[in-house]
Amino acid sequence: MLVVLTNAFFGLPPVVVGLVLYLALSRSGPLGFLQLLYTPQAMVMAQAVLAAPIMTALIHRASERAWARYGDELICDGASRLQAVPQILRIIRADLLTAVLAGFGRTISEVGAVILVGGNIRDLTRTMTTAIALQTSQGELSLALALGAVLIGISISISATVFALAGAARTAGSDEA
Amino acid sequence: MIEIRSLLALMVAVIAIHSAPAAAESIVLASTTSVESSGLLTKILPRFTAKTGITVNVVAQGTGKALYTARRGDADLLLVHDPEAEAQFMSEGHGITRRQIAWNDFVLVGPAADPAQVRGGRDSVAALKAIAAARAPFVSRGDNSGTNAAELRLWRIAGLIPDATREKWYRDIGGGMGQALNAASAMDAYTLTDRGTWLSFDNKGSLVIAIEGDPRLINRYDVIELNPQRHATAKLALAKIFADWLVSPEGQAAIGAVQVNGERLFNPSANAPR
Repeated sequence: MLVVLTNAFFGLPPVVVGLVLYLALSRSGPLGFLQLLYTPQAMVMAQAVLAAPIMTALIHRASERAWARYGDELICDGASRLQAVPQILRIIRADLLTAVLAGFGRTISEVGAVILVGGNIRDLTRTMTTAIALQTSQGELSLALALGAVLIGISISISATVFALAGAARTAGSDEA
Repeated sequence: MIEIRSLLALMVAVIAIHSAPAAAESIVLASTTSVESSGLLTKILPRFTAKTGITVNVVAQGTGKALYTARRGDADLLLVHDPEAEAQFMSEGHGITRRQIAWNDFVLVGPAADPAQVRGGRDSVAALKAIAAARAPFVSRGDNSGTNAAELRLWRIAGLIPDATREKWYRDIGGGMGQALNAASAMDAYTLTDRGTWLSFDNKGSLVIAIEGDPRLINRYDVIELNPQRHATAKLALAKIFADWLVSPEGQAAIGAVQVNGERLFNPSANAPR
């Protein structure tokens, strides 16, 4: 059931997540008392909702595979199912990085949800993506393009770092084996 | 396990850092895209913040959306420009004071080739009739903003209400002022814009001013304070400090001093509302 849901939520439209969260966090909404609309915290909530399904699904798939291979051995070694969890996570640590990267990719490129719940406030809730949208709308196309280049640069360097880490983790893993 | 614990610590630290600015005094000002994209607030807010220590967080929306935001209680103050919608907002009891701070005007812009042959006139309504007769492309904001409302008022006076689903030349883009200008520039279309955004806009392409100086094109900006009986949670005392500053001699001078390429963007009018 959880698997079906998380897979279905891969394609969750960010702007709909933004709208639902906007209505919930609005002072007339059920969570209005928290006074979180138009704050960075609201944006973090939206991004977490968007990134969670894809990360959950990737981690679930990797740990299922690891459990099928090593589960019996771990139990034989005297671990309870709960004690086996850290061991499984250790085995799939390269997949964890991939999952983090997938979540990161989903959030860094996002504009629809964060602009609704953040409000694109200068120096407070303006992100690279909402700044690009704003500069484009002001006809400052060269600045928008420059910001876009910086954003892509950040995205590539973070991906590269994570891949390098994953490579190192894999090498370390095989050394131990 | 250590990783998870340090990750949690990091998350707590991040949340704490982000919470810090919220603790300082700040208000949410729901305002219009024209005020934001013309650069007015960017230029005058630092002075106000330096003087009072109050940060004004601007959420730039169309006037229709800004009024809706305030109705829901998500704004502390309004700066908008749609007299009819504002009057309705006041009559519903959401606002307590409504003061004009400045005015400028709308201009009808269009491609230099001028397919509807309207350029150089002053009569905006006759120009719209000519555009409709020529079926020349026209971009409408279509976003319930103050400029959109002004455009629809002019069509109403002209006795024409273009239907975007049937009239292909009338293009309802559902976007902000800058987006509409980008679209008009790309499609060689006419559009109605506030002069402030027009002067600061950088991607005009072949667009030029077609009609200006019509008294019906006046564009008034009002600051509206919210009614404490309807909006008890809003920071109305801080909002009042900013509203009062906008109409004070100091605020009015700051508004009048904002220029782009030597042209004044807004005419301060708190003492002599137009």
